[in-house]
Amino acid sequence: MTQLAFFNLPDVGEGLTEAEIVTWMVKPGDTVKVNQIICEIETAKSLVELPCPFAGVVTELLAKEGETVEVGRPIISATVSDGAVGSVSVSTTSIPIIDEATAAAAHTLVSDAAATVAKDEGKSPNLVGYGAAGHGASRRRRPATGAAAIAAATTHAPVAAPVAGEHNVIAKPPIRKLAKDLGVDLTKVTASGASGEITREDVMGGAQQASVFRNLTTPAAPSAREERIPVKGVRKAIATAMVSSAFTAPHVSIFVDVDATRTMEYVKRLKASTDFAGVKVTPLLIMAKAMIWAVRRNPTVNSTWTDEEIIVHNFVNFGIAAATPRGLIVPNIKDADQMSMLELAKAIEQLAATAREGKTTQADMKDGTITITNIGVFGVDTGTPILNPGEVGIVALGSIRPKPWVVDNEILIRQVTTIGATFDHRVVDGDVASRFVQDVASVIEEPALLLD
Amino acid sequence: MSAQESARVPMVQLLSPDGQYGVPKEYAEYAKYIEELTEADFLKFYRDMAVMRRFDVEATALQRQGQLGLWVPAIGQEGAQIGSGYGVGHLDHIFPSYREHGVAITHGIDLMAVLKMLRGVNHGGWNPDETRFHLYAIVLGTQVLHATGYAMGVKFDGKVGTPNLADNQAVISYFGDGATAEGDVSESFLFAATNHAPIVFFCQNNQWAISSPVNSQTTVPLYLRGSGFGVPGIRIDGNDVLASYAVTKKHMDDARNGGGPFMIEALTYRVGAHTTSDDPTKYRTSEEVEYWKARDPLDRLEKFLRRQGIGDSFFEECDAAGEAMATDIRAQTFALGEPPIENMFQHVYSEPHPYIEEQQQWLNNYEASLEGGAE
Repeated sequence: MTQLAFFNLPDVGEGLTEAEIVTWMVKPGDTVKVNQIICEIETAKSLVELPCPFAGVVTELLAKEGETVEVGRPIISATVSDGAVGSVSVSTTSIPIIDEATAAAAHTLVSDAAATVAKDEGKSPNLVGYGAAGHGASRRRRPATGAAAIAAATTHAPVAAPVAGEHNVIAKPPIRKLAKDLGVDLTKVTASGASGEITREDVMGGAQQASVFRNLTTPAAPSAREERIPVKGVRKAIATAMVSSAFTAPHVSIFVDVDATRTMEYVKRLKASTDFAGVKVTPLLIMAKAMIWAVRRNPTVNSTWTDEEIIVHNFVNFGIAAATPRGLIVPNIKDADQMSMLELAKAIEQLAATAREGKTTQADMKDGTITITNIGVFGVDTGTPILNPGEVGIVALGSIRPKPWVVDNEILIRQVTTIGATFDHRVVDGDVASRFVQDVASVIEEPALLLD
Repeated sequence: MSAQESARVPMVQLLSPDGQYGVPKEYAEYAKYIEELTEADFLKFYRDMAVMRRFDVEATALQRQGQLGLWVPAIGQEGAQIGSGYGVGHLDHIFPSYREHGVAITHGIDLMAVLKMLRGVNHGGWNPDETRFHLYAIVLGTQVLHATGYAMGVKFDGKVGTPNLADNQAVISYFGDGATAEGDVSESFLFAATNHAPIVFFCQNNQWAISSPVNSQTTVPLYLRGSGFGVPGIRIDGNDVLASYAVTKKHMDDARNGGGPFMIEALTYRVGAHTTSDDPTKYRTSEEVEYWKARDPLDRLEKFLRRQGIGDSFFEECDAAGEAMATDIRAQTFALGEPPIENMFQHVYSEPHPYIEEQQQWLNNYEASLEGGAE
C-alpha cells in the first residue's frame, strides 16, 4: 500500500516567514529520491535548493513558479511506499501523511494544513530566531486568514514548464560583446558565417533594424481587464523609500540645458587612450567627476538632515541608481572623491556588474551621500528625481543627442543634454542649488575644468 | 595579510595534498607520535572523517526539510577536528565552539544530541562531567574563557606536572579566526600565561568569520597572536589529519606535564556556508573554494592509504557506514516530537527561582487561552 505525503515549505533561514518558488525541478509523475533537489526557492536572504524529504512519486506541485508561499504551507505531494514511511514519520507535524483511501480528500487536507499556518492574532512574526509560523495543527486559527489561506492553497494554476535553453548560438566573444553593447538579441540574428557563426555584419544589420523599427510590434491588450501585481520585495522597498523621501523632504528641482560636445569628445579620447584600455568610459563617468568637483565647491549639497543638525560630509559616497532585473537599487561608491578618473571608471563598472548579477549587498547601498540617476540611457531628456532617503541632492543625467545650438550667433549642431537635479529645501536653498548645477554643467561643457 | 602572504607562512605538514607522507627535519619532534600509530588508527581517522562529512551533508538536508532550526556545516575541517580530537587524552577536558562535530565524534558524543540542540529541543543534551566534552558555545569567545578557567582549576587542584603522568590533566579550547578578534581570547591568553595553566588553544583558521575575511581579524599569522602574552604557538596544515593529531598530542602531553599554555593555528577552510542561514556566494569567489577543495583532508588521506595498500573494500565500507548513520539519524530526527514546554524553564537556574516560575505560569496561561478559543 502507498501513502500520500506532503512537504511543507520550511524556514531555511532562521525567522523567514515566506519564500518564492523560483524553479521546479520535478513534475507530477516523476519518481523522487530522498534528498533529491526538487526545487529552488528565493528567500529574503538567498537562493536555496530544497532536497526532497521522502522517496516516492510526485502527485502534485502545490505552488507554482513565481508564487510566494508562506512557511509551513505544503508545496508538493507524493505517494510514498511503505518502506519510505520509516524515514518520514507520521508523528511529525511538518509532513502529514495519510493513506491512499483518504487521498481523494487531499485538497481538503491541504486546505487544513494551509489554514494551520495562518498566524494567531497577537503573535507577530519574529525578527530573529525561527518558528514564526506553523505550530501544531491542533491550534484553532482565525477564520478570515484561514479562508484566505485555503483560497491560496486550492487555486493552483498549471505549473510552468521548465524554461527552454537558449538555442545554439555560435559567435565569437567580441561579436557577443558588440551585440550586447548594441542591444542585439543574438538568438534573433540570422547567421551568415561559413560555419553558421554570427558575423559582425550580421550584428550590425540587426542593430540597425532594431534602432529603426524599435517597438514596432506592440503586444495585443490582454483579455483580462485588469492585472494585479502583488506589492512585495524590492518593489515594496522602493515604494516605502520614495514615499518617505517625498513626504519628509520638501523637494526643489531645477534644470539646465548644456552643450556636452566637449564631454563626448573627451570620452572618445579616453576610450582611445592606452590607460583606459578595457575600461568602460561613458558620459556618466565625466558626470560623476563633475559632481564630485562641484560638491567640493558647494559642500552643503552633500549632507544629511537630522532635525537637530545638518551633517555636512567631507567625503563623497557616490550613489548610482541602477535598474536591475529585481528592481531599482542605489548602491554607492565609497570615498569616490579620493579616486582618480581611472579608479572611478573601474568602480562604476564594478558597481554596475555587481548590480546586474544581483549581488549588491546592504553595505553597498548604505551611507550614500549624493546620487546620480542616468535616465538618459532610456532615451529621455530629463526628469525630476526623488531624493534617496538620507541624502539632500540627486542629479538626473538626460540623453545626449545632436540638437541645434546657438554658438556665436550661429545655429550649429551640437551634442546637447539636460541636467536635472532635486534638492532637499530644508538644507539647500535656490542659490546653492543653482550654483551646484551650474558648476556641474560647466564641467560638462568644458571638462578641462576638472584640471582645476 | 593577504591569502598569498598567509600561504607562505611555514606550517607543520606531514601529509601533502597528494597524500605523500614526510617529516621535515625542523618538525622531527612530531614524527614519533605518528610512528606509534597502527594501521587501525589510520583507518579510524579516515572512517571518522568520512562519517563526519556524511553527517554534515545529511544534517544540511534535514535543515532544508524543516527538521532543524539551523545547521552549522564543518565540511573541509574534518582533518583539523578528527586529528586533534584523537590527540586529546582520556582525562583532558574539551571546550568546543558550535562547529566541532568531528571532535564530538572522537569523544563518543551521540550525534543526535547535536541535532536536537540545533532543532531547538535541548540545550546540548550530554553531560560534560561524563564526556569531558563541554556544551557547544553559541556566543563565541566565551568558551575560551571557560576553558582557561577550567585549566587554572586543574592547576590549583595540583593535577599538572605530577610524577604520576597518567593522572595529569590538560584542557583544549576550540575557536575560530573570528573569535581571535574578541577580547575574550586575548584575556584568556593572559590568564593562561600568567597562571601557567595546562591549556592548548586550538584555533581553526577557516578563513571566514561569517562574511568577514581573516585579513580583517589580523595582520600577522594567528599562531603568533599569543606570543606577546607569553603563549607560544605553531601553525599546522589543518587539512592534514596526521599533523593535527601529532601536534595536538605533543602539546597536550606537554601541557599535562607542566609545560604551560600553547597555541595551535590549524590553517583550514570552511567549504560550506557559515550556517544554513547565509549564502557564501555573496562574499567569496568560487575560485577560492576550488583552491581549497584541491587540498581536501579526506582525499589526501585516501591517497596515502591506497598507497599503503588499502583497497576499495575499506572505502566502500566507510561509505556504507556513512549511509547507515545518515539513514539512522534521519529516521530518529523525523521521529523527534516536541519537548514538554517546561523544559525551557528547567535548566535556567540550578535551584527554584520565583521569576522563572512566574514566567512559566504566564506561558502556561497563554497557551491555555489559545487552545480554549483564541478566536
